[in-house]
Amino acid sequence: MDYFLELLLGGLTRGSIYALIALGYTMVYGVLGLINFAHGEVYMIGAFVGLIVSGLLTVLGWPVLAIVAIATVCAMVYAAAYGFTIEKVAYQPLRHAPRLSPLISAIGMSIFLQNYVLLAQSSDFQAFPQLVPDFEFLEPYTHIILSSELVIILAGVVTLIVLFLLIKFTKIGKAMRAISQDRQMAMLLGVNVDNVISATFIIGSALAGLGGILVASHVGQINFYIGFIAGLKAFTAAVLGGIGSIPGAALGGLILGWTESFATGYVSSDYEDVFAFGLLVFILIFRPAGILGKVSSEKV
Amino acid sequence: MAEFKKSFIAALWFVILTFPFVAMKVDSFEKVVTWRWDNVLYMGVGCFFFSWLWRYLLQRKEFSKTEDKNKKSLFQQTLKDRLFSDPKVFRPVLIAAFCVAVIFPFLFSPYQTTIMTTALIYVVLGLGLNIVVGLAGLLDLGYVAFYAVGAYSYALFNYYYGWGFWSILPAGAILAAMFGVVLGVPVLRLRGDYLAIVTLGFGEIIRLILENWDEVTFGPQGIPNIPKPNFFGLEMDFQTTTLYMYFVVFVMTIFTIVVVRRLNNSRIGRAWIALREDEIACQAMGIDTTKTKLIAFGLGATWAGMMGVFFAAKNSFVNPHSFTFIQSAMILCIVVLGGMGSIVGAILAALILVLLPEYLRAFSEYRMLIFGGIMIIMMVFRPEGLISNVRRKYELHGGEKN
Amino acid sequence: MQTILDVKQLTMDFGGLRAIDHVDLDIKQGEIVALIGPNGAGKTTFFNCITGIYKPTGGDVLIAPPEKKQKRINGKKPNQITVAGLARTFQNIRLFANMTVLENVMIGQHCRTRTGIAGAVFQGKKVRAEERRVIDYSHTLLKKVGLDQYVHHLAKNLPYANQRRLEIARALATDPFLLLLDEPAAGMNPQETAELDQFITRIRDEENVSILLIEHDMRLVMSISDRIFVVDYGKKIAQGTPAEIQNNKNVIKAYLGEDIDDA
Repeated sequence: MDYFLELLLGGLTRGSIYALIALGYTMVYGVLGLINFAHGEVYMIGAFVGLIVSGLLTVLGWPVLAIVAIATVCAMVYAAAYGFTIEKVAYQPLRHAPRLSPLISAIGMSIFLQNYVLLAQSSDFQAFPQLVPDFEFLEPYTHIILSSELVIILAGVVTLIVLFLLIKFTKIGKAMRAISQDRQMAMLLGVNVDNVISATFIIGSALAGLGGILVASHVGQINFYIGFIAGLKAFTAAVLGGIGSIPGAALGGLILGWTESFATGYVSSDYEDVFAFGLLVFILIFRPAGILGKVSSEKV
Repeated sequence: MAEFKKSFIAALWFVILTFPFVAMKVDSFEKVVTWRWDNVLYMGVGCFFFSWLWRYLLQRKEFSKTEDKNKKSLFQQTLKDRLFSDPKVFRPVLIAAFCVAVIFPFLFSPYQTTIMTTALIYVVLGLGLNIVVGLAGLLDLGYVAFYAVGAYSYALFNYYYGWGFWSILPAGAILAAMFGVVLGVPVLRLRGDYLAIVTLGFGEIIRLILENWDEVTFGPQGIPNIPKPNFFGLEMDFQTTTLYMYFVVFVMTIFTIVVVRRLNNSRIGRAWIALREDEIACQAMGIDTTKTKLIAFGLGATWAGMMGVFFAAKNSFVNPHSFTFIQSAMILCIVVLGGMGSIVGAILAALILVLLPEYLRAFSEYRMLIFGGIMIIMMVFRPEGLISNVRRKYELHGGEKN
Repeated sequence: MQTILDVKQLTMDFGGLRAIDHVDLDIKQGEIVALIGPNGAGKTTFFNCITGIYKPTGGDVLIAPPEKKQKRINGKKPNQITVAGLARTFQNIRLFANMTVLENVMIGQHCRTRTGIAGAVFQGKKVRAEERRVIDYSHTLLKKVGLDQYVHHLAKNLPYANQRRLEIARALATDPFLLLLDEPAAGMNPQETAELDQFITRIRDEENVSILLIEHDMRLVMSISDRIFVVDYGKKIAQGTPAEIQNNKNVIKAYLGEDIDDA
């Protein structure tokens, strides 16, 4: 039973992370209709900024709580800045290009960022300090759930709620929904499309940055390549739930997290990634709109 | 001055963005931070000029767009167009290139020949992927999977059943084509961007299976001692083998060029391009889009499979590490740089992207960074690639009679 | 005269919205029939249902190509329907922008030719002859629509009115017995529209096709149509000759925007 609980909570942890990253995919897809391949890289950037800032502050001898807070904020701010810049450089000039162009540009951006970090930092795995302290009240349950896992789950839940409220009730949220319905019309009604797209990238990227630092401190090591696999899986989660749908991203993340957790726990851990990709292929073939998504067809 | 200010702001922004990455390096075990201030300076200066160049190119692109509309450029041909469409100019260039390629291994060392052999492999791979991405407009990010299928089919059939190179060459190609079709049937109904992700996932699945299925594929260690192709049973020393391998791939390259060129200008090639240009109109013209996509996918895979067999023979060794996403990205970069659907472009781009890092060692460290950059820059400034695909002008003599 | 297209009680729902509501329509051989109605009346949806882009929720679409048996085509794919002999143009021009004008027309012949991969690679005698035939036929078509001076230009570089003509030539290249034109005069100036009059009639006579068109330009519709069908809110509200339609109360109401009592 403990083993089952451990897998259940492990899956929940993974799922929260996937959901955090998947939100960025889904939001960008909602407003631009584009798969932001470089999104996984933003997550990796967040993790690295967390590593560098916390390392620096540790050397300077700051108190632990301040380090955690500053490193997290820095990771999110930097991730957001990178997301913003990526859009300006690689996507904005291609707003009216054929569909294939921004996709290729996005893949190029992903490769570029991976290798930029590889060259600027290191190609090896880097040890990541444990930022989340061990909570005393979890002492008796450490064989089931670690404190870092608890923090990830909580962060996931809080983010989702905040984001949901943001989209539902704020002006920017309404503008996003308007653009995803009909960009031309939104523009005619005075919505500044460029600003809203930038805001979407900033919010989505900040969430990915948060995900990056949380995972890094949970796993304990990072390298330049972590964004690629995480990005693919988060994308799977987004598609699974129905791309463009925010509750869908959360649901997809959870399903994927549990699938992986139980499949590796009860079947085999060698094929961990195969399960995820297999699920992706399966979903796209049999229900490309995802669980909560709507089937849309091109206007003729 | 305004330009100066803009560049300065852009440079400042990028310096801030890259600061933690290029200036600091943290070792969290030893608890030391290494500062590298010189990098910040390079970054700032580099970004300053790059941003200037970026905006200059953007402006020029905007300018040429309006220029095109004003100037009725319908009847004009640029020098470059003539170079590739006028047989009087094109033919001598072609013959010269052919001659250079034939005498190349006799002029240069075996080392150079080996590099050229690798370059030609990528030429063929580029041409193969060009069918799928460039002509049919299907973004395939898992192309390397078919390459792996070819390579492992040689390695495994040879290891377990002792088949030779020449019998596996067609078998590997057909096997890869079958993989392409089997994957294609369910997947090709998907929209473009989903197709990209599924093929990416498929590529990773194939690699993970090769890595983990130890009993058959020997996992990450790979399979050594794969024999080179034999030439009527002759014993050959190292130098002759190199020469021989070069000519084998050279003939394959010529074969590929001829086939792709003929397909490009055929009924099928036209259907692919129509598919890329507008899928709905294409279907409304009575073209079975599913079938057309499958043919493109299968044929693209065929070349990858064929080159996979050759790759295994050339290296005498295969392991999963040769078939990562990076390979797919590189082949895609060849297609993008060369120009969608352009044969000459793909050849040029493959040569540039393989040979440049070989000869400029300093450059090779930044290879992947530059590949990524190329993809972005090409899409933003020159989506038609180095050499745009000039459509053939069919002769019209018969039409005059009516 | 033989009825070549017989649409019976065609219905199309999108979610809860009924875009087409039990519409009947028929076309006889050699006729030019117009389908008109206010914006959003469901005209293009009707086209999309007939040409297989949408699958109709209810009703039947029957075709009877000349000298062939009548058959049902609803639920078939667009390409199968084109092969069966229905060709269409699009409201928002959908040419193959980066192909030459000639190639655009050659694509139309795709479904009437057979060359496969092997044929393309080996370029045998038969293949070359077929290719020759396609080129010549396409060129002839281009001459007929007055585009032969542009054969080697990219389609995207053509002036707007000529792009419309090219779309028609491309559709004709599929050897249809019925041509469906979706707003052929949209975006044209009055002179170009006037030319279109004769052009469409000439095509009907020379190419031996029947024509169904959607159009907003009433002058064009009234001058070339043999019969007119009027739809509004997805329902057929009138049918008849141009003279009958001009005096039909329901039609006038629909166009002047008054409330329709019986809707």
